[in-house]
Amino acid sequence: MKSNIVGRIAQIVPTMLLVSVLVFCLQQLMPGDPAMVLAGEERGDPRVLAQIRAELWLDRSLPLQYFHWIGNVLHGDLGFSWHIRQPVAALVMQKLPVTLQLGGMAFLIAVAIGVPSGIVAAVYRNRFWDYVANAVGLAGLSTPNFWLGIMMILLFSVNLGWLPPSGFVPLQEDWHQSLATTIMPAFVLGNAIAAVLMRHTRSAMLSALDQDYIRTARAKGLSNWHVLTRHALRNALMPVVTLGALELGALLSGAVLTEQVFSIPGFGKMTVDAVFNRDFPVVQGVVLVTAFLFVMLNLAADLLYVVINPRLRRS
Amino acid sequence: MSARHPGVLVARRFLRRPIAVVGLAVIVLFVAGAVFAPLVAPYDPVATSWSAIRKAPSWAHWMGTDENGRDVLSRVIYGARASMLAGVISVMIAAGIGVPAGVLSGFAGGWTDALLSRVTDAILACPSLILAIALAAFLGPNLTNAMIAIGVSTAPRFMRVARAATLEVASLDYIDAARTVGTTPFRVAVRHILPNIVPPVLVQGTLAIAAAIIAEASLSFLGLGQQPPDPSWGSMLNAAHRFLSQAPWLAVFPGLAIFLCVLSFNLVGDGLRDALDPRAQ
Repeated sequence: MKSNIVGRIAQIVPTMLLVSVLVFCLQQLMPGDPAMVLAGEERGDPRVLAQIRAELWLDRSLPLQYFHWIGNVLHGDLGFSWHIRQPVAALVMQKLPVTLQLGGMAFLIAVAIGVPSGIVAAVYRNRFWDYVANAVGLAGLSTPNFWLGIMMILLFSVNLGWLPPSGFVPLQEDWHQSLATTIMPAFVLGNAIAAVLMRHTRSAMLSALDQDYIRTARAKGLSNWHVLTRHALRNALMPVVTLGALELGALLSGAVLTEQVFSIPGFGKMTVDAVFNRDFPVVQGVVLVTAFLFVMLNLAADLLYVVINPRLRRS
Repeated sequence: MSARHPGVLVARRFLRRPIAVVGLAVIVLFVAGAVFAPLVAPYDPVATSWSAIRKAPSWAHWMGTDENGRDVLSRVIYGARASMLAGVISVMIAAGIGVPAGVLSGFAGGWTDALLSRVTDAILACPSLILAIALAAFLGPNLTNAMIAIGVSTAPRFMRVARAATLEVASLDYIDAARTVGTTPFRVAVRHILPNIVPPVLVQGTLAIAAAIIAEASLSFLGLGQQPPDPSWGSMLNAAHRFLSQAPWLAVFPGLAIFLCVLSFNLVGDGLRDALDPRAQ
């Protein structure tokens, strides 16, 4: 088992290396000369342009530029924001907790809706509640989360006046206000993931309920509740754990739009602002950090899978 | 075409699913609306009117008018063009990159497979919308670049599907037979493998169109897709966001159009999957 875990961790290195090449290549797609953008009013002065190019290593060959950049990244230096004039790593560390709080809440909501409705759909297969769960799941998958956000603002903020339409209060500052500002965006963000979790839980439960050990458990006279929770669900949840981690990537993507709709000053909003300010080091930093988070979450899911599956522990 | 032709059997199985047929009918309506927009739309979608600013839905303007006095129904109809175009073209780009790469990876094996699989892992490690936003940002904000960005970020999914299907097909006896009689690897891949991996790629394609329509709407909502004054459902929602309390209808109709269109593609994708592989139900 140890060698499997070590092997899995070792796989991360080439993946992240290729991600870094990809992120570095993004900069090469940028039209025009970055030095001209940075020079601003002084773009006509060749000495200023030469100085900027030398500072940013833009006057070196591409492989040298890459090695210089990746060396800095490995030392925690993601570059310098062209617009805000701050280190990208500091900006990321400042905004990430906001998105993590939102994402954490969204994931809890997704699990709280997706897993039980998947179980109900499987238990009542081809009956009324199965059709309802499937229809709601498909609708959830087909609803763009920014539109759902706008519709929720319209209903709960504009018409009913129950919740604030925008803004963010950190949990440690005022938990009541924090919940009020994040409940709508977290629901919006968790909605599509809940739909995916529902579909997969249903399919995994149907597969588990069809196994011989379930028939044996029922033949022993165990109650339906006991069979479902102790035997079927425990096995059905294993693929759902892996899927949950994969969906966290979708959660990071969704946060970009949700934070924009609800004006939440997080990672996603920083990305959109950076795009419009043509602040490319920030965009590069965001892609690199989200990819790293995604890879790490996948690794955590794989390790958790080993922990909760006794057969894998023994192999 | 005989009644036992696989295509006819799949079509029959598909047509037995009413919900998928309804989805297909809605898609046909959207496509027809997009193609014949000049004939169907009651007004010019970019014509502004000072006297018709933010008018609620009425007999004259069924979906109301926007902040510049433009007819929302006409803009929703014309907006279907951007969404359908983005859905189809970006999926064609994704399939054009992903399917050949997947077939090559699955058929060649060894180092080629290892390298292509790691590149796929690397692209998949970047959340697709964030990658699409970054690509659209670096390439410049317009519909063409948005389609390229969505296509490139979707390509690894096609690569995975095509690779898995190739591995399955390549292990069948008729491929061994083709190799034994001296058929070149290229010919085996193009004539014998490619046609047999169409079903899973087709299902992936249909579901990917749904995802691409949402992605285009998302990029346009952020201002990275279709640029004003040309209508697109995403950019209409962006404008509507600013007038929620004064003109809520601006946010309702473009969003409903995205929802119906994406739902229909998802229904057709599910129906196709069931029709192509009845065991998977």
